[in-house]
Formats: sequence, C-alpha cells, structure tokens
Amino acid sequence: MLDNINLLTLAPSLNVQLLLDGLFIGAIFVLAAYGLALVWGVMNVKNLAQGEFVIMGGYLAWHLGTYNVHPILSLPIVAILMFGFGWVLYVAIIKYVVTRDLFTSLLATFGIALVVQQALNLAYGPEVRTAESGFGTRSFFGGLVTVAEIKFISFALAVLLAAGVIVFMKKSRMGQAIRATSQDPRAAKVMGINTEKVYAFTYALNGAICGAAGVLVSMIWVIQPFYGVPHSIRSFVIVTAAGLGNLPGVILAGLGLGMAEQYSGFVLGAQFQQATVVGLLVVVLVWRQIQMAQHRQVVK
Amino acid sequence: MTLDILKYTRRGAIAVMGVAAAALLAGAPAQAKVEGDTITLGSAISLTGKYSSNGLDSQNGYDLAAKRINETGGVKVGGKSYKLKVVYYDDESTPARTAQLLERLIKQDEVKFILGPYSSATTIAAAPVTEKYNVPMIEAEGASRALFNKGYKYLFAVLSTSEQYLASAVSLAAEIAEKNGKKPSDVRVALVFENDAFSLDVRAGVLDDMKKFGMQTVIDDKMPTDLSDISATLTKVKALKPDLLVISGHNKGAVTAARQIKELQVDVPIIAMTHCEGAKIVQQFGASADGYLCPTQWAETLSYSDKYFGSAAEYDKLFKATFEGYTNVPYQAAQASAAVLVWKEALERANSFDTAKVRDAIAATDTMTFYGPIKFSPAGNNVAKPMVLRQIQNGEYVVVAPSKYASHPVEWPRKGK
Repeated sequence: MLDNINLLTLAPSLNVQLLLDGLFIGAIFVLAAYGLALVWGVMNVKNLAQGEFVIMGGYLAWHLGTYNVHPILSLPIVAILMFGFGWVLYVAIIKYVVTRDLFTSLLATFGIALVVQQALNLAYGPEVRTAESGFGTRSFFGGLVTVAEIKFISFALAVLLAAGVIVFMKKSRMGQAIRATSQDPRAAKVMGINTEKVYAFTYALNGAICGAAGVLVSMIWVIQPFYGVPHSIRSFVIVTAAGLGNLPGVILAGLGLGMAEQYSGFVLGAQFQQATVVGLLVVVLVWRQIQMAQHRQVVK
Repeated sequence: MTLDILKYTRRGAIAVMGVAAAALLAGAPAQAKVEGDTITLGSAISLTGKYSSNGLDSQNGYDLAAKRINETGGVKVGGKSYKLKVVYYDDESTPARTAQLLERLIKQDEVKFILGPYSSATTIAAAPVTEKYNVPMIEAEGASRALFNKGYKYLFAVLSTSEQYLASAVSLAAEIAEKNGKKPSDVRVALVFENDAFSLDVRAGVLDDMKKFGMQTVIDDKMPTDLSDISATLTKVKALKPDLLVISGHNKGAVTAARQIKELQVDVPIIAMTHCEGAKIVQQFGASADGYLCPTQWAETLSYSDKYFGSAAEYDKLFKATFEGYTNVPYQAAQASAAVLVWKEALERANSFDTAKVRDAIAATDTMTFYGPIKFSPAGNNVAKPMVLRQIQNGEYVVVAPSKYASHPVEWPRKGK
C-alpha cells in the first residue's frame, strides 16, 4: 500500500490518469444519482431499482447496436423508451406506494429490481456485454496517461444531459410543477397542479436519465443483468452524502466518488474499490450524526 | 444475431425435450444398472439455469460418445456386447438439486455408474453422494481443486484441474526470460484475479509455479464479483511494467480486462488470461487482443487420437455433423465424450459390473484419447493431460505451448495494440 502511494509521488502523471478516469465515470454516477434525488425528493420514493434502470438502458443500447445503430445515436431512443417504461411502471405500481410508508415503497421497488434483473437475464442471458463505439484512444505524457475518446465524449454527454435537466426543471412549466409538488404536494394540488401527472412524469424522467446513463455505461464499462446493484448503491451513497435537494452537492459527491474509487483501486487494490463506496457512506452518516448532535445542543 | 437466436431456440427445444424425458423417467419404475444388453450411465446435468448452455454441450458430448461406442461394437463384458445408455436429470444449475438427483439416480433408479454434472459447484455437491454409496463417478466438467483434496475414492476427472489453467504461462515466461539472457527469478508478475473459488484456484496454481522459479509478484489485486472497472489496477500495471500480466475472472473479467487494456494502452510483453474464447474478445476487441495467451483444455488442432473417434480434428468434424448450430466444438463437449470412453474401457477391463472392481479398473486407467492422455492420480484428477496454451495471432487461436503440441512459435513481446 505504501509502495503504491510512493508510486503516485514518483510519477505524478499517474494522478492525472486516476483523476481523469474518476471524473469521467463520476459524471455517469451523477446522472443516476440525480434521477434518484429527483424521485426521492419529489415523491419520497426510494427507488431501489435505480441500477437496474441503468443496466436496462445499457441493454437497450446493445440491442439497438445489433441493428447497427451506433450507441451514441441510440441514446435519445433509449431515453425515450425508458421514459415510457418509467411511466408504465408508475401507473402499474408506483402510484399505489407513493403515499404509503417507507417500507412499502422499498419493497415495491426492490421487487421491480428483481423482475428487471431476471427479465434481462431471460432476454439476453447472463453473459457480459459491451456496446462498441469504435472510437480510439489518445495518449499524453509519453503514453503514461491515456484518454479513451469515448470516455471524454460520454463525459461531455453526461454534462449536457445534466445541464438540460437542470434548465428543464428551472424554466419549463412541468419543471416548475415538479418543484412546487416537491415543496408541498397539497398546496400544489390546491393551486391546480395535477400532482398525479407530476409524479408520473418525475418517475418517467428518472427512467430516461438512468437509461441514458446506462447507454454511457455500456460504452465505457460492461453490462450484465445483475450489475445493477453497485450502481444503485452508488446512487444512494451520493444522494445521502449530498443531502436531498442539493444539486451541486450531488454533482460534487458523484465526481468525488468516481475519483475515490479510482484512488482506492490503485492504492488499496481492486478488492477494496467497492468497499470504499460503502465505507464512505458510513463515514458520511457518522459525520451527519455528529453535525446533528451539535445542532441539537444549540437548540437546547 | 438472427442465427444466434435460432441456435438458442434450437438448444432451448433440446432442453425442453430433455426436461420432458427426465419427467417421464421420474415416473418410470426403478431400473437396474444393467438391463438386457444395456448398461445405464446416469447424470444430473444443467439443462436449465445459468449453466444450461454449457450443460447442453456436455450432454451432447456424452450422447455422441455413447452413440459412437454403440455403433462400433458396444462394451464387451464377460464375452457379451452391451450398449451404453445415458439417463439424465436436470439439476437446474443448482448444487443442492444435483445432490438430490444423484440420490435418486443411485437409490431409486439403481444406476451405479455416474457421469458428472456440469460445473465445479455442482460436482462438489455430487461427490459426497457418490462417495457415500461407493458408486464411481467419472466427471468431465469440475476442475476445482476442492474436489481433489478431500480423499474421495470414487471420483475421477478427465480434465485438467483449475490450478493448471495458467501455470503453463508461468513456465513459458520463464523460458522466454532464459532465451533473452535473463534469469527466471528476474521475471516480475502482476496478478489480477476475481475473488471467487475458481479464479483463486487458478491463482494458487500460478503462485505455486512462480515460487518454483522464484519470480516476484509486483501486483496482486482481486476483483470483486460485480466489479466492471479495473482501470485503477491497470494504471498500476502501466506504472510498474511487469514482464507478465495474469488475469482470470470468468467471461466478465476477460471482457473488462480486454476493453480496458486496449483503452489504457497497457503494454506488457506477455498477457495471459482465462475465458478469452467464451468472452469473444477477438470479435469484440479485434487486433488489440492479439498476443493474449489463453489456456484451453482441448483444441481440435491437437495431435491426439484414439480408435473411437480418430483424431481430435475428426471428432470436431463428427460433432459438428451430428449437432446443428455449432461453429466450433466447445472443449466441454470433448471432455464429456472422453469421460464416456473411460467408462467403456474400465468396464471392459474390469470385466464385471461390480462397482468396487469397476472402480479399481477406472483408477488403473492409462489411455490415450482424442481428448488427450488420461491417467488418474490417487486423488482422482487426470495428471497425464497438460493444459494447452493458445495465443491469439492475427485473430486466430494457435497452440504455442506445451512445445510438443505447438503449431506456432510464441509471439514475444505481444504485438496487439
């Protein structure tokens, strides 16, 4: 472990590689986490099927690839399909759990996650898949730092998508309605907002965002029917760390998590890469607890 | 893609028929191990579930060998010629079910000659059952070292065990080092293995051989089962520049590694990994996969041959002609066929259906098959057949080690970019 840290100081350009890789993948984490924050904040539904939506998006991109659709072009198609899928799920299931307690919505979304996993397994088999973008790799610092063009492109797309969603939430009527509903559903209803429709739209939008994230994942990592779980965990870690309704926080936490994973993989070894994610969650929760304890003292 | 779908539906249909047959058998009265002129072998094999595609390959292998033996005079015991028949149950790819079904085969159906299931996990569940009833089992699809350190007396495996998978890559690296005027103990090795039973077995074999040569480990990372990113580990590899990079993590490990080695332009002179073919890395990553060393149990280009199937190439041809939908014959099928050949020869040598005598005859096996030489250690694993190492050269898999069977010289350093 010390050797590895030593290595980072001896060859500083390695840091650049790790930071870049962390940044690129972190941007995708941000997308899925933002979708979760949206559903959580507006509907108070903790969507455990978040990672499965991501993987499903990846498989749709892969499937379109078999019809010679380039994965980047498939991104809008997948987003639309996943939007529809989210809407159907809302009408069929989520509608009935929005007003229920925490455990009902956890159970329902966990059930959705299992069904999606098994359906993907039935449809595509348990083998890992990748969507090939066909882009090359650029190297810097005499080959010590390499950037796969697709990683950069997917980073740019993730930024664009996130920006698009933010503008949509700020400017559009629907975005305003969503924000109003999240502040006070009853007041929003009184003011003539169709909250039912807002909920359906929010859940569907989350599906679309996750689907888009999944397309990016399939181009830079690999997908497999049961790989959704780590993505779900990451989303929860990011949203918990950032706090609800804190969009800059989600972005920072997402990018930070991406880099933290890369560094822990380098310093501690690949076996600790995901342990780091969960470890960070514990640290964040403890930190929150301490903060709240202090807060309580002030009130007293 | 369309072809793939066809293939799967066809295999699916076979699976359905297999299940139906098993269901029919379940209702049939208990059958003796030898009835009239038929010797019954039994197997619980994965016809559905996660191992189903490889399970079907194995079943095809068993069936082809039984058919071939029946066509060429059957099994001669006590001056009489018997036909071989294999009965199957579907274990649904779950070890607990395998154990149950073996109880049923042995107790209820009175089948006393067992062919193994598919996969190490199910074989590990099967072995205690056959051991309990003193019924010999010849298995072809369980390579885990956990099968051969329990002192089982009735378990025999025709395939090479998982520790042997990449050990030959280590000796190859040592040879290359000597050729270049370096000492094998100067060879620096990076190890990247998934944290699961199979991959850790492979790792143990690699470590044993490294110790023999006194090689140094510079990286020893383990991938969690659902990790889809090893770029941090590979960045470390780039910085430390080992002479040999060894990777094993099933198909997903191979895909992840091949993709990220390409993206990060990892330049290691020798890269050895398992599951190259299963993961289709040549099709997916093209020229960047050139030079990878990939172990295999068997290849149709090897110069092995026997009197039943002829050469390995002839087996390959017969298999493709018999079963539709195969573009290349999986080694899983070949080793399954080899297990049936061992049964035939052992029954003839024992010249009896007494399980103890047959067991001793199996233990004394020392034979050559199209799949390779077969000779069992006291632990029951096949010690005669080496693991073959193939290198991807210009998109083709060619045998480069052991040198006795090599069709091409090894390409060093690897050229793939």
